[in-house]
Amino acid sequence: MTNSFAHFSQAKLFLVIGSNMTEAHPVAATFVKQAVKKGARLIVVDPRKTGIAEHATIHLPLRVGTDVALLNALMHVLIQEGLYDREYVERRTEGFEDLERKVREYPPERAAGICGIDAQTIREVARLLASVKPAMLIYTLGITEHTCGVNNVLSCANLQMLLGNVGFQCGGVNPLRGQNNVQGACDMGALPNVYPGYQRVDVPEIRKKFESFWGTSLPSRPGLTIPEMLDGLVDGTVRGFYVFGENLANTEPHIRHVERCLQAAEFLVCQDIFPTETTRFAHVVFPAAAWSETDGTFTNSERRVSRVRAASRPPGSAMPNWWIFKELARRFGHRWDSDSARDIWDREIRLLAPQLAGITYARLEHDGLQWPVPREDHPGTPYLHKDGLFVRGLGRFHAVDWTPPAESPDEEYPFVLSTGRRLYHYHTRTQTGRCGGLDELLPEETADISPADAQSLGIQDGDRVRVRSRRGEVVVRARVTSQVPRGLVWMAFHFRNGNANWLTNPVFDPVTKTAEYKACAVRIDKVSEDGGGVEAA
Amino acid sequence: MNGTFRLNGRQVAFEPGQTILDAAISLQVQIPTLCHLAGTTPTGTCGVCVVEVKGLQETQPACATPIREGMEVWTDTPKVRLDRQAAIRRLLLSGHHNCFVNDLDVDRWTDFQLETLRRPWHGTLCPSYGDCRLQDLAVAYGVRTQGHVPRPPAHIPLDDQHPMFVRDFSRCIGCGRCVKACNEVQVQGALAAAVPETGGGKGKTWFPAADYDKCVHCGECVQACPVGALFEKKSYGKAWPYETERIRTTCPYCGVGCQQWLHVKEGRIVRVTGVDGAQPNQGRLCVKGRFGYEFIYSEERLKTPLIRNGTGFREASWDEALDLVAGRFQEILRAHGPDAVAGVSCARSINEDSYQMQKFFRAVIGTNNIDHCART
Ligand code: SF4
Ligand code: SF4
Ligand code: SF4
Repeated sequence: MTNSFAHFSQAKLFLVIGSNMTEAHPVAATFVKQAVKKGARLIVVDPRKTGIAEHATIHLPLRVGTDVALLNALMHVLIQEGLYDREYVERRTEGFEDLERKVREYPPERAAGICGIDAQTIREVARLLASVKPAMLIYTLGITEHTCGVNNVLSCANLQMLLGNVGFQCGGVNPLRGQNNVQGACDMGALPNVYPGYQRVDVPEIRKKFESFWGTSLPSRPGLTIPEMLDGLVDGTVRGFYVFGENLANTEPHIRHVERCLQAAEFLVCQDIFPTETTRFAHVVFPAAAWSETDGTFTNSERRVSRVRAASRPPGSAMPNWWIFKELARRFGHRWDSDSARDIWDREIRLLAPQLAGITYARLEHDGLQWPVPREDHPGTPYLHKDGLFVRGLGRFHAVDWTPPAESPDEEYPFVLSTGRRLYHYHTRTQTGRCGGLDELLPEETADISPADAQSLGIQDGDRVRVRSRRGEVVVRARVTSQVPRGLVWMAFHFRNGNANWLTNPVFDPVTKTAEYKACAVRIDKVSEDGGGVEAA
Repeated sequence: MNGTFRLNGRQVAFEPGQTILDAAISLQVQIPTLCHLAGTTPTGTCGVCVVEVKGLQETQPACATPIREGMEVWTDTPKVRLDRQAAIRRLLLSGHHNCFVNDLDVDRWTDFQLETLRRPWHGTLCPSYGDCRLQDLAVAYGVRTQGHVPRPPAHIPLDDQHPMFVRDFSRCIGCGRCVKACNEVQVQGALAAAVPETGGGKGKTWFPAADYDKCVHCGECVQACPVGALFEKKSYGKAWPYETERIRTTCPYCGVGCQQWLHVKEGRIVRVTGVDGAQPNQGRLCVKGRFGYEFIYSEERLKTPLIRNGTGFREASWDEALDLVAGRFQEILRAHGPDAVAGVSCARSINEDSYQMQKFFRAVIGTNNIDHCART
């Protein structure tokens, strides 16, 4: 996020796009709802009438995967009607001409045909967006989990720069990060192309710095992403595979394919707190300490580094994860001095990542600090690009085109399946499935469909249905809800049985390798009560 | 345009629209409150925040009285104390507040206890014993109930249908904080306000019943309840508030990063609440953050290293398992080079763990094949 959660309650206008906030980020949503109650305007862009859409001034139920078309059309209107922030664009950005040329190809009438929002509404929304400054744009995985995920993100940034909304309190481009420490794992360089602090592995001076700090030579070639690793297991380029805390066998698209990959691993190490569908394939399993059993830090979506503290001891001989890596390194002849999370932070991370240089454990009592914190006397950074002064100099527009999802509905698979998360569970339930009450609140997966489709298929709420894609099928109960528009089936991946990832399409954004969880083609049929409880065919 | 008024004899400034309570808080003058919930509109039901205003016969609720230019306010006079005592006593007698502050006459106390303990979820003292705003105020104001008769209402609903909490209205003081928490903080609208808004506490027949179709089980109402009327089922009977230590931490679920208090007794979490005033959540939590903690105590936890043994696993020591992994990786490195090893880090675990893992892959294995699910 360029901005802070504290800005939500003071903002005057929100554009929430592809974010089921009330279920995936409930507390963040409370601040938006409060602001709306006090008179802020809220535009929600989402195929479903989500919880946050119920609070919206305007809800735009666009077709799945058409965000770029809609955003380009909004920008088309802003430019055509002279509603954009000329001064900001001239002084703070570059690449406007390319953008202008591109969005000229997206008059609202054309976009309407793609995204299903009528041209007049697109015009009105553009005018509304231009009427309040600054406006906050909030997005989540509805934007990124597409083959065009990067283009979606760029379009969001284009729009906010065109409106002159980046660099101010209550403005900015604000992706809500899905998992508690996905921001932190990126910051720490658990990525194939960058070291801690987003410093590129293929830049010689940077590599030299890390080589001298770690006292060893380092590889220069960027590594593989998860989907490439999985494929590598099958074709033999990857032989040893180390999975720390991820339940890949349920979370990745196309479960059958993923399981074939895991099965093929010559040597698989899993490090986790529970046996999972993934540890079944392991050769060695390390038992790890969980949240509240170790001291450490998490970094949230607004770049806030906060303390995590131990309250109880890990069970049996389970050990902190950092200790396990240190012990392994020792067996390769590497002596690592740091002997606690605090050591690792204070004596390594902050010396390597310039954005974190001013953060010490001693400064993290109370509310933590938002990076960048370049020095120890720096108070932290609640919002980035202050006054439109971009870190890279000028904010760059990227002209992008709309591209459809990789798989479109056809006669055989006439529905679009889109997936996401539900309020009462977290991911594959390894944690929430073991907490009293949460399973009672949401005991099983469902396939959510519209009343209109339910009627034409003869399906009643609670009926068992078979949802099938080119990759697999599941049998779950139907949940008939007006949240879902015609032509859409919506599911989550919290349960092994009925997990949407038996169906999802393993096609990826070419740059980020994010999978298209939000769109694939399926068919849905009613099954008789004794239709068998197959989890996958 | 700011005006001035007199607070306890001091000439002070106020902003238009401020209530006496608002001004007192910003000037750090203590006025006790009970029904007031920070950041929400006042209900003015409890009568505890009363103050004297020169020229007026009756004391006035500070939370609901806007300041006027030249007003003269006294926050701690004998009359104020008497009125506060009366308000607290009325609330103590209004329900099943069977703790030590209710010092009824001996016979009446016994009858009262027996009647109270007959109700479900009343097998012991009030679950908020030691963490109750009403109890604190009764002690602070030296309130006695001797010579008075407790008057719990005749028909008291008790709602324990819900998996997470109990709504035991026999201890409800009608303060309306839960309603404010639900409707104004969580903006969920699952609790119906008393009609009319003020007076919920006086001569009440109103109970804040929940509409579970609208409820998202966040428990904000429970955290807001100043007495033992709303409590969590999971924590019931696990520990008295004074037996627990509070440890501040960060929620392990989504990327909001809410700040939590872990209430810990003998190394075990018995309850989780939001840290009031903390960034980013300002005291709020959602259903996962508040109730999603006991997975760590599951019997299914991995407790010892495991090594594959045919189709199953056998338990192993750390040394054996670590040696095996190091040995096998070294073989793969020798035969196929470092890029034949790859790793996936965990977006749920602490920063320091991800740092160590990428360092292990880069500096020890010698590959950049390290990733995590940044994309989901
Ligand atoms: S749990 Fe949350 S949503 Fe439900 S009644 Fe309480 S405050 Fe409202
Ligand atoms: S349930 Fe608790 S918070 Fe709600 S009105 Fe009663 S005493 Fe107040
Ligand atoms: S309490 Fe809820 S909203 Fe807050 S971090 Fe945890 S899961 Fe996210």
